[in-house]
Amino acid sequence: MFASCATPETLAGLNWYLCYLTTGKHLGLYWAFGTVLLLLAITAPAAMAFGFGGAMAARSRFLPLQWLGKAYISVVRGVPDIAFFLFFVIALDQGFEWLRHQWKCPDWDQPIRQGNDFIVCSAAKLPLSNSAQWIHEVYGFAIAVLTFAIVFGAFAANVLYGAMRAVPRPQLETAEAYGMNPRQTFWRVLVPQMWVYALPGLSNLWMVLIKSTPLLFLLGVEDIVYWSRELGGTKTPQFTDYPHGDWRMWYFLFLLVFYLCFTKVSEVVLGRIMQRLTFGQATSGGEAQRKAAT
Amino acid sequence: MKKLLLATAALALSSGLALAQDVVRMGTEGAYPPYNFINDAGTVDGFEIELGNELCTRAGLTCEWVTNEWDSIIPNLVSGNYDTIIAGMSITAERDEVINFTQDYYPPTASAYVALSDAADLAGGVVSAQTSTIQAGFIAESGATLLEFATPDETIAAVRNGEADAVFADYDYLLPIVEASGGELMFVGEPVPLGGGVGMGLRETDLELRDTFDAQITAMKADGTLNTLLIKWFGEETQTY
Repeated sequence: MFASCATPETLAGLNWYLCYLTTGKHLGLYWAFGTVLLLLAITAPAAMAFGFGGAMAARSRFLPLQWLGKAYISVVRGVPDIAFFLFFVIALDQGFEWLRHQWKCPDWDQPIRQGNDFIVCSAAKLPLSNSAQWIHEVYGFAIAVLTFAIVFGAFAANVLYGAMRAVPRPQLETAEAYGMNPRQTFWRVLVPQMWVYALPGLSNLWMVLIKSTPLLFLLGVEDIVYWSRELGGTKTPQFTDYPHGDWRMWYFLFLLVFYLCFTKVSEVVLGRIMQRLTFGQATSGGEAQRKAAT
Repeated sequence: MKKLLLATAALALSSGLALAQDVVRMGTEGAYPPYNFINDAGTVDGFEIELGNELCTRAGLTCEWVTNEWDSIIPNLVSGNYDTIIAGMSITAERDEVINFTQDYYPPTASAYVALSDAADLAGGVVSAQTSTIQAGFIAESGATLLEFATPDETIAAVRNGEADAVFADYDYLLPIVEASGGELMFVGEPVPLGGGVGMGLRETDLELRDTFDAQITAMKADGTLNTLLIKWFGEETQTY
């Protein structure tokens, strides 16, 4: 990166570190922080959408939809995350390719499963094997977001389902007495009031989500834990200009600080949201706010 | 109109085939120097990367490198996420049931033990090895306690911090590490010949691509370029063809 970095063996002290920390490999680590933050930014709303859909389905008076919602919540919550991430991602990818195969190559005469191999016509490959590397990476990332959203959506659905039932019954009866139909009652009375019950559970989920990003490497996305392990490992002088011993401890210490800071920021933000949501609610928190104001 | 549609479809299909033939995705681990590793610039490098690129140039293929964790490297190949495994993978009968191998591009070599001292108990102590390798299989049957790790680097770290009495791995992977350790680490015990050499792994149904690479490896063995590469990455004493 810097001109002085051309001859690393002559460097010492601060200059060595300056060059070492700006190698292409380290830029990969810094880039990975962005990847992880982007993943969180997209996954959180996507998981909320899955969760809201799941909770609404589970409450539905239409029986098949109710079964679907309840099955989604209990099956996904019951399967271990790592099994889900190893199996589900390959299955999801193969599922998409199978659908495209049916659509793009209707006159393909060979079986798709040949022994252990999964063979679709090359036009159905997702992404196409001749597309650029960045398309493959974006696709891997999208699959990761989808998997995270489905897994965390099931947990969010359970939290929201419980929160919807926690809203005091008299509130809903009053709404009905005013002549609101079930849809109006749901959107105007139930949903605005349930968030205060859902937030403690949702904030737990957010904390777990922050820390589960190392699962990304199972999906081929290079995250910060992967790069820290790779960069921190012992480097022998034959294969690098910057040989060093086992520095994983320092890299992981850096990650620890990052995760702790991130958790602290999350706590502050969630605390503020809680305060906002409690305002005017028929809960002990809302009551305390009302008393403090008068 | 129908004819036109069919013609476009046929054209799209054939061009798709032609293009897909040209790009071969090469799967590697990127954590096993000198075979394959990530260099300072953050790109894949090593003996296999140079060999793979040479094979692709000779066969007129465009190759794209992909890194994948060792543990899931075979499932992702058979699922079609890349087309070859070129990751220091020894040819064994068990793997051959699931995937196909080219002929070996690296001769069958010895695996060796490395420990902190000569007194390490290899027969009954704790020996570290990477998961799903022939070395791990060997230790599991040898009577020693096997300690598995996901990456080769962690198997060495386990010996340095005393978690394991010794590490068992490919001799050529251990050699640069022992040399760089300045006497801290040493080879102990007798080397053990394991496996049938290192080859490229391909899907069982991908016979055409297998034959293409096989022919190029034969050619590189014949004109001596493979030996030049072996000596460049593994040193003068390495076995050649």
